[in-house]
Amino acid sequence: MKKYYKNVSIELLSAWILAIFWISPLLYAFWAAFHPNEYAINFKILAPLTLSNFFEVWNQAPFARYFLNTFLIVSSILIAQFVICTLAAYAFARYEFFGSKILFAIILIQLMVVPEILIVENYKIMSKLNLVDTILGVGLPYMASAFGIFLLRQTFKTIPKELEEAARVEGCKLFGILLRVYVPLAKPTYLAYALVSVSYHWNNFLWPLVITNSVNTRPLTVGLAIFGAPESGVNWSIISAATLLSVSPLLLGFILFQKQFIQSFMYAGIK
Amino acid sequence: MFKNNLPHIYAWLLLTPALILMGTFTHLPSFTTLVSSFFSTGTKKFPSKYIGLENYEMIFDDPIFLEAVLNNAWYAVATIIPSVFLAILMAVFVDSKIRGRVLVRMAYFTPTILPMIAVSNIWLFFYTPEIGLIDQIAINLGFTSQNWLGDKDTVLNCLIIITIWKEAGFFMIFYLAALQNIPPELKEAAMLEGSSKFYFFRRITFPLLMPITLFVVINATLNSFKLVDHLFILTKGGPDNASNLILYYIYETAFSFLDSSYAATLTIFLLLILAIISIVQFILFDKRIHYR
Repeated sequence: MKKYYKNVSIELLSAWILAIFWISPLLYAFWAAFHPNEYAINFKILAPLTLSNFFEVWNQAPFARYFLNTFLIVSSILIAQFVICTLAAYAFARYEFFGSKILFAIILIQLMVVPEILIVENYKIMSKLNLVDTILGVGLPYMASAFGIFLLRQTFKTIPKELEEAARVEGCKLFGILLRVYVPLAKPTYLAYALVSVSYHWNNFLWPLVITNSVNTRPLTVGLAIFGAPESGVNWSIISAATLLSVSPLLLGFILFQKQFIQSFMYAGIK
Repeated sequence: MFKNNLPHIYAWLLLTPALILMGTFTHLPSFTTLVSSFFSTGTKKFPSKYIGLENYEMIFDDPIFLEAVLNNAWYAVATIIPSVFLAILMAVFVDSKIRGRVLVRMAYFTPTILPMIAVSNIWLFFYTPEIGLIDQIAINLGFTSQNWLGDKDTVLNCLIIITIWKEAGFFMIFYLAALQNIPPELKEAAMLEGSSKFYFFRRITFPLLMPITLFVVINATLNSFKLVDHLFILTKGGPDNASNLILYYIYETAFSFLDSSYAATLTIFLLLILAIISIVQFILFDKRIHYR
């Protein structure tokens, strides 16, 4: 019994040491952001707290506009993904048509060939469509998502056909059936997919970097990269403040809904 | 007759938006990438023309590309092994009923949801010579200052550490799911038999985690070819290409050196690597799926 007790405390201790070690880079960013720059590497408990770094960030670069851009990009992608993937997933889940299996396989290719890899050709296509440096141009390549179609198809397949037939008898047409039967029953899948999609696109960098070149379209990640570039000559406290500012909504959402986030990532990953 | 065909028409109509968008931004560009890899990059003086396999011959004489491939291979291996090890450790910690496990889990998982750009900003300060945190500690302990990101021997490993920090917590959740699926009767039986915790882990837990490890390894490998955001902040592939990775080299070739045909050829190469990994994944997972 004594031995068992000892084991537990070693486990507890190492779990906590690893946890503190793991979170310390982020804690450090908080320290630097809330203190004047001369305390950035000078850890004194009584160092004066300040919000001035955040004000300076807000005044030095158009972060408000970057926030708006990221919000527009993330939400337009999510809404389009919901609509497009729902329709396609329903077609794959409930219709047996000629070539459906092959078509599904062709769609799944996108799981491997993500738009980031095709930056060169996709840039050319966007310039032909006159969509370079537009919010739509940032989001468009992601709107038909193989991953979303796959997840929703798997979920739709588990929904009993009898429910659909009952709704049909009640006089529901196709869209009515989708909205009243399939979508409500697949709510957990939508939630999981939404959290994964939002965090992916909030954090996405390479494609937005390539396709945007003005303040009016640039998302937070690209704005942050420009702001923090060594040439810009801003100090650590301010870069830390900008970094925390850019991740704050996502971080806050994660802290509040930790369980949902982790379950969603788990669910989406294992499917 | 008409009625029989109706479901097919519905299905195709429902699929239309997805097919148009995906065709335009995934399948068509994949194909045009292949086409442009057989052409030279057009300039005002010399319009683009068919050059056969010349771009492909260039690849094999390109020392930077070779370096990027080797870097990428080392980057993949050196991030995956420690990440998997740490992820299992974290999952075991979080799965045991320790005090404050929600906070511990949050600490492990938080780096996962941060953008790589933000992560790089934070770590840049640690690695900066002299004024950076690592050097400050090293100097106080009597070591000399070192330019971690400016040294060819250390730069890639610095990036690897960041990636491990960001990814281990993500992989943890899959192990956690697997651990929670282990029937408690097994644990009780092992306790009755008096087997040690380590023995239980080695004989029961670890074998049960193998399918997850396969999943994690493949995903981590794919990630190591897809995620290069940190290079933009930390190293720009340098010094002297010591931290260049394939996708970053493609970006440089296309948008800094403006050689889009050669970039297309490099893209084909990257697609080939990803295809091989995906096929391996498909074959390995196919066996497992049959038992579901």
